[in-house]
Amino acid sequence: MAPKPNEYGPPRRHLEDPPWVRRSLIAAALLVLTLLIVVPMASVFYQALRPGLSDYWGHLVGDRETRHAILLTLFVAPLAVLANVVFGVAAAWAVARYRFPGRTLLVTLIDLPFSVSPVVAGLLFVLLFGRNGYFGPALEEWGIRVLFTVPGLILVTTFVTLPFVARELIPLLESLGPEEELAAVSLGASGWQMFRLVTLPNIQWGLLYGVILANTRAMGEFGAVYVVSGKIAGATDTMPLRVEKLMMEYDSPAAFAVASLLTLLAATTLLLKALVERKMKQQLTDAPG
Amino acid sequence: MRTALLILGFCILVPAVAAGLIAYDALREPADITFLNASNDPTRELWRAVNRKFIAEYAAETGLRVEIRQSHGGSASQARAILDGLQADVATLGFWFDTDMLRRGGLVAADWESRLPHRACPYHSTIVFVVRRGNPKNIRDWPDLVRDGMRVITPNPKTSGNGKLAFLAAWGTIRCRGGTDDEAREFVREFYSHVPVMDTGARGATTTFAQNGIGDVHLTWENEARLEVSESGGALEVVYPPISILAEPPVTVIDSVVDRRGTRAVAERYLLRLFDRPYQELLAENHLRPIDPEILAKYADRFPQIELFPITRIAAGWGAAQDRFFSLGGEFDQLYLPKQK
Repeated sequence: MAPKPNEYGPPRRHLEDPPWVRRSLIAAALLVLTLLIVVPMASVFYQALRPGLSDYWGHLVGDRETRHAILLTLFVAPLAVLANVVFGVAAAWAVARYRFPGRTLLVTLIDLPFSVSPVVAGLLFVLLFGRNGYFGPALEEWGIRVLFTVPGLILVTTFVTLPFVARELIPLLESLGPEEELAAVSLGASGWQMFRLVTLPNIQWGLLYGVILANTRAMGEFGAVYVVSGKIAGATDTMPLRVEKLMMEYDSPAAFAVASLLTLLAATTLLLKALVERKMKQQLTDAPG
Repeated sequence: MRTALLILGFCILVPAVAAGLIAYDALREPADITFLNASNDPTRELWRAVNRKFIAEYAAETGLRVEIRQSHGGSASQARAILDGLQADVATLGFWFDTDMLRRGGLVAADWESRLPHRACPYHSTIVFVVRRGNPKNIRDWPDLVRDGMRVITPNPKTSGNGKLAFLAAWGTIRCRGGTDDEAREFVREFYSHVPVMDTGARGATTTFAQNGIGDVHLTWENEARLEVSESGGALEVVYPPISILAEPPVTVIDSVVDRRGTRAVAERYLLRLFDRPYQELLAENHLRPIDPEILAKYADRFPQIELFPITRIAAGWGAAQDRFFSLGGEFDQLYLPKQK
């Protein structure tokens, strides 16, 4: 990018921090990032790849239980995200477009999963769906089991990721305002047409952003899932649980291999997030008015 | 619209493909019977070996392919999970009381102890010390654990069988050497003032000691100690105190689960086989003391002769010990006051 001409005339040196402050602040930030993020991340990949590429591959796909854990994460996370999209759009619409008693309470409730510790979230579900819980015995009569099963994993993962999409869409819908939608309806659009042709294009990048964040969290979730999984190898272990288990079983190369895959997924997500952020900025500047 | 389709595609296609691959994996090695063994922490390697042997044996005898799933955790946590509805067909926990909790919860028949030989205990074990190479602090016996500045690693007695046994061993050694209850209480109080962190399960404590390098001595199951030392590549060694507790971890099928799932026959056979010679050897190879005297004699060099006192020396039985020492407000609660700042 070409350097921008200074809009405020020549640089006013006396208003800037002295160079030594700037340099030491930058150096400190870089140092902390290197120590806390770059070194541990690099060492995960180093430890994972040290035994060689074929061993690495073997650790990931050769072991049936690890394979299952990877696939289970790829099964559970997107379904939790799907539940998030449906709930998030509905909740954001309700909060941004309607005024009703308890609206503030609803906004606060949406945020709740952020403030509750994941372990507590897991225990809540044990309390609800356990054999001696509130719903457990009734569901058991129907032959439905939630705790220590895959549906239970999807449920808690949905719970801990619930705020992501809704939090992203509420301010977006509020700032867009209902004018374009009202115009569409007054021109004869049905509710669905209005949503599809007017609302959705306006919120699509915000939605995608929320989905990406929710997905990252869903794939990496440990605490809540740990409580409700029952830790059954080859059945309810997700990737993060598998990493912990392998570590506990003295198989650190395999643990690092799975950890590196998890990190890789997170890095990909980060890249997508950056792309979507750029798109969102573009849309904001392109938008007329 | 394109973005919305992309999101929907991701949320539906990825799980569909993943489910397909999971199903494909299951089809490649179809199992006629699947059952779950919920076990305590330090027996991961044991059950892997036992399961491999049992699956091969069962297939040869019946032509049926069994798949055995494992779940591991602190003994009490596992009992809790089973009571909350974990569908385990057999429970192989570390502490008698945790198994008996399943009976109290109505999941296991009242006579569970007498359904298998030897009061349902296929092996014995004990609590030993693991120290750093060369035993720099010269730890040999129980009184050494409370010397100034000693840091002891042992898991939480509330959640872990290992933790309970370490507590009972510390208490019992004082009693067996002629001390009074008051002296035992004083010793154990001091003992826990030397414990900087308490993990919830045996394996977690091992990680704390061996990998995170915290503590001077680690009190753990004999088999866990041997594994920990062999994994450490010479950085750690085992110390046998002259006296310790006789641990008797029982096993049982969980009646409510096996009857519902129709797995009683295979689950009962699985547990019963543990008392037979080939499996007793497997136990011995995994550093668990076999109950078969001949197998024990054969592997005598693996199991140093130390005095192992039975639980009856300090309580009427395992249940009574639980009530007295680990119930809410029991001896442990009174002794272990969290360090206040």
